[in-house]
Amino acid sequence: MSASQEAVPVKSGATGAAQFAGSDSRHYNYFDPKGRKATHYEDMTVDVQPDPKRYLLQDWIINFADGTPTYYEGWTKAKSSDWHKFRAIDQEWERTHYQRQSTIEGMVANVIENGRRSGAPKRFDKAWVKVLQDHLGAYKHAEFGLGTATMQAQRYGYTQMVNNAILTNSSYKLRFAQDLTLYLGEIGLDIAGFDLDAGKKHWLEDPVWQGTRQAVETIMGASDYLEQYFAINVIFEPLVAELFRSGFVMQMAAAQNDYMSPSVVSAAEGDYERNLANTVELFSILTQDQNHGEHNRKLLVQWAGTYGKLAIDAANQLQPMWSQPRVKIAQFNEAFDLAKNRLRAIAAEIGFDARTVLGA
Amino acid sequence: MPDALTLNKITAQRGISIGEATRRIADLGWTPSYVQQAMTFPTDYKIKKSPRDPMKQVLRSYFPMQEEKDNRVYGALDAALRGDMFRNVEPRWVEWMKLFLAIIPFPEISAARSMAMVGRLAPGEELRTGFAMQMIDEFRHSTIQMNLKKWYMENYIDPAGFDITEAAFGRCYATTIGRQFAEGFLTGDAITAANVYLQVVAETAFTNTLFVAMPSEAARNGDYALPTVFLSVQSDESRHIGNGHSLLMSLINDPDNHLLLERDLRYAFWQNHAIVDAAVGTIVEYGSTNRDKNKESYVELWHRWIYEDYYRTYMLPLEKYGIKIHHDDVGAAWDRMVKKNYVHKTAQFFSVGWPVNFWRIEAQTERDFEWFEHKYPGWYAEFGNYWKWYGKLSTPGEKNILFNTDTGYVYPHRCWSCMVPCLIREDFVCDEVDGQIYTYCSEICRWTHKTAFAAEYEGRPTPAMGRFSGRREWETCYDGWDLADAIKDLGFVRSDGETLVPQPHLIFDDNKMWKLSHVRGDTLASPLQAFRKLSPEDREKATAEYRKGFTINPCN
Repeated sequence: MSASQEAVPVKSGATGAAQFAGSDSRHYNYFDPKGRKATHYEDMTVDVQPDPKRYLLQDWIINFADGTPTYYEGWTKAKSSDWHKFRAIDQEWERTHYQRQSTIEGMVANVIENGRRSGAPKRFDKAWVKVLQDHLGAYKHAEFGLGTATMQAQRYGYTQMVNNAILTNSSYKLRFAQDLTLYLGEIGLDIAGFDLDAGKKHWLEDPVWQGTRQAVETIMGASDYLEQYFAINVIFEPLVAELFRSGFVMQMAAAQNDYMSPSVVSAAEGDYERNLANTVELFSILTQDQNHGEHNRKLLVQWAGTYGKLAIDAANQLQPMWSQPRVKIAQFNEAFDLAKNRLRAIAAEIGFDARTVLGA
Repeated sequence: MPDALTLNKITAQRGISIGEATRRIADLGWTPSYVQQAMTFPTDYKIKKSPRDPMKQVLRSYFPMQEEKDNRVYGALDAALRGDMFRNVEPRWVEWMKLFLAIIPFPEISAARSMAMVGRLAPGEELRTGFAMQMIDEFRHSTIQMNLKKWYMENYIDPAGFDITEAAFGRCYATTIGRQFAEGFLTGDAITAANVYLQVVAETAFTNTLFVAMPSEAARNGDYALPTVFLSVQSDESRHIGNGHSLLMSLINDPDNHLLLERDLRYAFWQNHAIVDAAVGTIVEYGSTNRDKNKESYVELWHRWIYEDYYRTYMLPLEKYGIKIHHDDVGAAWDRMVKKNYVHKTAQFFSVGWPVNFWRIEAQTERDFEWFEHKYPGWYAEFGNYWKWYGKLSTPGEKNILFNTDTGYVYPHRCWSCMVPCLIREDFVCDEVDGQIYTYCSEICRWTHKTAFAAEYEGRPTPAMGRFSGRREWETCYDGWDLADAIKDLGFVRSDGETLVPQPHLIFDDNKMWKLSHVRGDTLASPLQAFRKLSPEDREKATAEYRKGFTINPCN
């Protein structure tokens, strides 16, 4: 009962204990890094979702009933010569994602806890309290809708890099929707008569919000995942979401004795900068694609036209809100001009013509 | 300061209750009125009742909790290096991690993707946060496992195999079963895939053997990194089990769903058994050097986790809702493990195929024989000679065991359903589906392909059900290839362009490692392609012959 070959005792299983063919091959070697060396994010992400064009020898082994495979390039109208080229600019993998999300939650919780302890909500201007109750309360549903849209979209991308960038986008949106919900719930404990149901009522019924709701529902109802990603980060965010968060809440709040709301809302602006960077990178790759650049540029113009109209209508419908705070320190027109400039800059960066949305 | 006074008491202020917080968050959703959402991932199930959220956790507490868990994991990895873990780790064990960790990140991220499917299908918003947390958890699992694998690659004596990991995952004959597992979470009927196959069976039952039993064995082999990572992963699974059960309860009250639930529980249980027990059973039993006779064997662990914990306390109670549970399948799975040596036959197959692996498998030795015979009486009579042959043929220059006819081993057919070969010869079946002949490891796998994955089930149209596709028999891909050329095509050659990544031993010495020249001259063949070419009469004879099995010749 013994093998014929004598085993050579292994004294150590550690790096460098012996030199032999392959003993120094200590990097993932099956993809081309974007830079000179692979980043940790790339090592965690690239090729985890396989592709018959790369290493998936046996092809996808389960189909949907209509013959569509597990992952399918045709799930978006956008075309790419190489879907694997994209790398998320924010380089997120699980550890960095939890660190950032946890830090934000800590910051938000501290702001609320310390603000409440100092009695801050009781000193908010009364007109402003109604704005928070009705409009910030309504807006949280928009964030939630975009979170669910991206949660859906992260199923469809052709590579792990695309899908994980959309997944973290969803995570940020859903967190922020919950942050706003809990924030309003907690300051509501300190403000007599604060109606936590008013936000949803305004979201569903107030004419001010119907354009926004229509835009969000249109994004949620789109079946092209990149159309959703584009509509959210390239069109809706600058023209409606940033307009409301930065152009309204964050500018107005301090003058109404409210230092808490801008701090809570600021987290979403940080989130968006990252989501936007990822989006710009992905769509600029598509517009510069040697084989499909022209097709993609036309497609983005078409999407921009559809969602741009919805977003501009939504933004214009929000305008009456700027008149509601008692101390009026910001103007809708100025804020909206900034939003349009923001969109122009994003479009220029991606490489598509934004005039269909904004005019010449 | 009085003893009872604490900082918490000084700083505490009234907040909203957990119940109120989750109620408010569940109220974030609404029924769209401008544009309806398309049901892009269809199901044949009817979901009339909104699932409840059993966990009532919100993201404000979720993210810090997960960050803390991460801090413990990464701190432990640092401590393992400071403690010189790799000096004492068993290479026999770490080699199998090249296979396991190549497989697992894709099923994990597939589970994240599948949350998109149930997230949209499930009515109401209460469980949305649960699905969202599961989605983010699975992103955690996939990337934390890629990190662990990188860590092994950087610190273990032989990184070859870790360095090609995701390329190897796409190409290897052994990782095929992991791809079947992952695509099963993602494709076809959304409830079949994401709820029943993933949450109700894979996560509720089989993650216990994957993420609890296996880490215990890792620790016995000097690897305390795997337990650190995987027990942290497993701590997320309880939430996923809760999500799955909640959604199941929203389906089960509608009798219209019972037929499909019976079908899916049957398919999912059997295929999870076939895939997970093949892979994890082999790794736990054959990747270990620990032969303590007091420790539980894989089948003992299976009895605890799958039979007692899952079958008796989770599956059986479903009967009270009117669901037919296939008790005989649980018994058949147990018999395959205990009486028909499923795990041992899988280990035998993995080792026969070592030249087309991307990890090392060393021969089992006298110490191992003693333990196997103790735990599995009769093991030595059936497998002793085989492992002696394996050891004897592990020296370069010997005829490799895959093509060595002296051993008596007969290369198996591949099961078209679970993708594990048809190793229990007497259970082998074949059938015709859509005019083509297929081979299966068992009657239930035949049923899975022909009856369950079809457009109709027991007279009921099932338009959402998936279909098996692709080049499911790996051997077809290299039918007629020289073994050396196939290995080169697979990319399983080390950086010198000659030495194979896989080796049938743990000798870290160039002079004793197999090279392409040692394996050139033998031609791979597809058993299925040959089988299909037979006349019906000859196929019947070949089937009868196959069912008789084979006997390993004595090895002197």
